[in-house]
Amino acid sequence: MAYTADQLFVILQHRLVAMAPAGARPLVAMLLIIAALMALFGTCFALTTILERKILGRMQNRYGPNRVGPCGLLQPMADGLKMLIKEDLVPFSADKVLHFLAPLALTVPIWLSFAVLPFGRNMNAIDLDAGILFFFAIGSASELAVFMAGWSSQNKYSLLGAMRAIAQMISYEVPLVLATVPVLMLAGSLSLTDIVQAQAGYAGGWLPRWNVLTPWGLAGFGLFLIAATAESNRSPFDLPEGESELIAGFLTEYSGFKYALFFLGEYLGLFAVTGLAVTLFLGGWQAPFKFLEWVPSWMWFAAKFGSLIFLFIWVRATLPRLRLDQLLNFAWKFLVPLALINLLVAALWHFSGVWQFTGALELRWLMGAVILAPSYVLLGRALVTRPEPPRHYSYAL
Amino acid sequence: MPSELVFYPLAALTLAAAIGAMALRNLVHCALSAAAAFTGLALIYLDLNAEFVGFAQVLVYVGAVAILIVFTVLLTRGADGPWRASAFSPGWVTGLAITGLLLACLVLPVLMSPSLKRLAPPSATAPVADIGRQLMTRYALPLETAGLLLTAALVGAVIIALDETRPVPPPADQSLPRRKPQLEESPR
Amino acid sequence: MSPPLFAFLVFSACLFSVGFAGAILRRNAILVLVGLELMLNAANVNFIAFWRYGPHPQALTGVMFALFSIAIAAAEAAVGLALVIAIYRHRKSIQTEQFDSLKG
Repeated sequence: MAYTADQLFVILQHRLVAMAPAGARPLVAMLLIIAALMALFGTCFALTTILERKILGRMQNRYGPNRVGPCGLLQPMADGLKMLIKEDLVPFSADKVLHFLAPLALTVPIWLSFAVLPFGRNMNAIDLDAGILFFFAIGSASELAVFMAGWSSQNKYSLLGAMRAIAQMISYEVPLVLATVPVLMLAGSLSLTDIVQAQAGYAGGWLPRWNVLTPWGLAGFGLFLIAATAESNRSPFDLPEGESELIAGFLTEYSGFKYALFFLGEYLGLFAVTGLAVTLFLGGWQAPFKFLEWVPSWMWFAAKFGSLIFLFIWVRATLPRLRLDQLLNFAWKFLVPLALINLLVAALWHFSGVWQFTGALELRWLMGAVILAPSYVLLGRALVTRPEPPRHYSYAL
Repeated sequence: MPSELVFYPLAALTLAAAIGAMALRNLVHCALSAAAAFTGLALIYLDLNAEFVGFAQVLVYVGAVAILIVFTVLLTRGADGPWRASAFSPGWVTGLAITGLLLACLVLPVLMSPSLKRLAPPSATAPVADIGRQLMTRYALPLETAGLLLTAALVGAVIIALDETRPVPPPADQSLPRRKPQLEESPR
Repeated sequence: MSPPLFAFLVFSACLFSVGFAGAILRRNAILVLVGLELMLNAANVNFIAFWRYGPHPQALTGVMFALFSIAIAAAEAAVGLALVIAIYRHRKSIQTEQFDSLKG
């Protein structure tokens, strides 16, 4: 019974594929998966837009949208309809081909990156040998689309926004990849299913072996989440599309369906990187406790995914926006050294895994904390700039 | 197995993108066409079952080198000379002739060699674990040298491109008279 | 049905000559570097094709060479483009024919 519920979608796919003619079976299988993923994440996108606005509203002591449908839940329909019927304005001097291709070049790689995420037991679209490399490669390919959008609008504010967005995205790619390297080191493989398998089992019979429950995993999880927020251009790193600064940054000249595609691409990027965070650090689709294993694996994935999305929305409601130089300093001078020190801690954790005496676990945690905590504090202190010299004002009098 | 249905169209598209990268007038179009050529090449590597190299190609070339080229184009704007000037060197006929000669020198021996007409062996895989093992054992020295070279290149590129003009600091000598804001009314 | 090996080699030769033509014919220094990258990529295609069609694919020689070539090419592109930016700052121009004297 629990097995059927767990493998529900896999069994469903097999039944549907068996109805197809033999030659077309692989194609039909793939098409089913693609259709299911697009439907699922499209609905997820719609839900997240309304949930975000409601949660943001509640955290700011106001109701979110509550006019359309019960509790405002049909708001995405209204938003979608509005975007679709808006006039598609293209500036006269814009580069028409690039202006048209930029939203596509943004969304297509992100849809591709959903192919390697394991949503449940046996539930990933493709099991690539180099799954994580594929994910990061595809993610970095979408940065050119941001540039295309900014440049093709032939608008200096769009271009500035695009340059800032790309600078931010390439700066935060480094801590993102460095934070995943300890996970790869300790799992011994780049394949996402292997990484989830490496987090199987329970230590001491009850504590799950998730990566987040190790010192390097905790630090790595924090680093990954911060870098992921910056990669998706979300608050507090949303300067490239800061509404109060640069109108809409590189999206200024986009309206209607193309703007909807950019919006979709941004949220889909968030979903993809959240799915990766769940897979790498939170044990993927595995249950936290042995007695809870009867709950289907995809439900666990969904629960962890949902809580991370809530965390992102919470952070957006809480923290103010960072200025560009603060943002870039934070990436290069704080996150990258911390990620490198995290690598060292992960290596120490791995090699001290053979210790079997009582108190070994506490000693390993202590080792990790003793290396990570002072470096966190000292790097933070180093990043605070010296107070500026007294300013010289000259008045035009 | 590399497939003809995939390779020939992909090769044609990649060559077209490469020719576009070298022949287009607008520099940003050239850079984006080069990025398209790099992507086409990555797909060819995937067709040849070298998945790791294909993904690394996308990550490094499309995700980093193309963006580098684009940034350099944007940071050196207005350096193209008068608009009517040609984008190509004056001796372009000679250049094309030399290129044709080079192409002939490369292609003719390939076409005349019988051992190069063979088809692909049925399967070849490059599992990531094997690549890692080779990197740590047989290719450990090249790996470390590459790391050293990349560090040197990183530091060197930053130093070379560093802006060396310092903004002039305000006068530190506080004894110089400073204009105080005049708040009194001017005498009538 | 797989393409014969010479198809990959001819493609690589064509890509190399396109990169070469661009590197010697274009007046902009950035495009010379783009041509250089295309030439390096053409060589990589050669390596991977020979690895795939060769007798010992399990030795991974072609794959390793291509990986190192990608890394080195990226480093060289970075330094080359930094040089272009430095030249632009100094002479306000990146037309290759203006940099034809060792003086200054």
